[in-house]
Amino acid sequence: MSDVLTIAGKPYSSRLLVGSGKYASFAQNAEAAEASGAEIVTVAIRRVNLGQDANAPNLLDFIRPDRYTLLPNTAGCYTADDAVRTCRLARELLDGHRLVKLEVLGDPKTLYPDITATLEAAKTLVREGFEVMVYCTDDPIQCKRLEEIGCVAVMPLAAPIGSGLGIQNRYNILTIVENATVPIIVDAGVGTASDAAIAMELGCDGVLMNTAIAEAKNPVLMASAMRHAIIAGREAYLAGRMPMRRYASASSPLQGVIG
Amino acid sequence: MSLMVNGRTEPLPQPATLDGLVDALNLTGQRLAIEHNGQIVPRSLWAATVVVADDCIEIVKAIGGG
Repeated sequence: MSDVLTIAGKPYSSRLLVGSGKYASFAQNAEAAEASGAEIVTVAIRRVNLGQDANAPNLLDFIRPDRYTLLPNTAGCYTADDAVRTCRLARELLDGHRLVKLEVLGDPKTLYPDITATLEAAKTLVREGFEVMVYCTDDPIQCKRLEEIGCVAVMPLAAPIGSGLGIQNRYNILTIVENATVPIIVDAGVGTASDAAIAMELGCDGVLMNTAIAEAKNPVLMASAMRHAIIAGREAYLAGRMPMRRYASASSPLQGVIG
Repeated sequence: MSLMVNGRTEPLPQPATLDGLVDALNLTGQRLAIEHNGQIVPRSLWAATVVVADDCIEIVKAIGGG
């Protein structure tokens, strides 16, 4: 069965997107990314450390641009200007690459999106030809606005970044999915495999996660668990679940019972 | 005679170009992007881009992130 996720015209067979932060080593990160089956991996853009060893290992030697679609993010940006600047640097760094993950944060305690600034940055980036996947609140109205601006995917949070709390407002996610004509990808807040499966059962097109895998006791095994959860949730969504009933409904025929 | 590089004071390199700066910082061959006084300079122009005292330069790379 062909069931691809298409983002900005490019098809992906995996609906799991993973991060590259918080791993014990580049090697562990690469092994987890492999086990997850993900085809899109996020990276951050930061100042180089001056005075470093020229032969120090580099993330991109392990998460190779010819193996994965890299998704540079604007993590750490608290203004639209900083986010736009970061995306421009990412485009230069990755040889004209246009796909970016936009996030403009409101405060360091919650890392909650600043939606006003996010909308402003999204408009600028779309105008400059970027393909914007946007991290945002689970607000159906703002998600629709971001789609209308021209974002190629809208990525509402399940819960705060790195919290592992799972989907806090599944009815909002459901409404966002129903309203959308671009992929809806739950980004942030997933803690374990069932959280990812629920997102997919709600009809989301994918899930982006970092901490849930990187901070598991066994990140590579959790990456595999997430891969299966995404597939299970997606297939359950496509299959269409049975209705819930308050009382029992016997599975075996009532006729021919002995006695 | 110095430059501001990633918020730090660095000596003016020889040759005084972006390429020269990358060499002087021991970053040759790494995948980088450079902003020179607020303007991004494509890699192909590093050798031709002259830096002078008090220029402000940002050099970035990709690192792990979510």
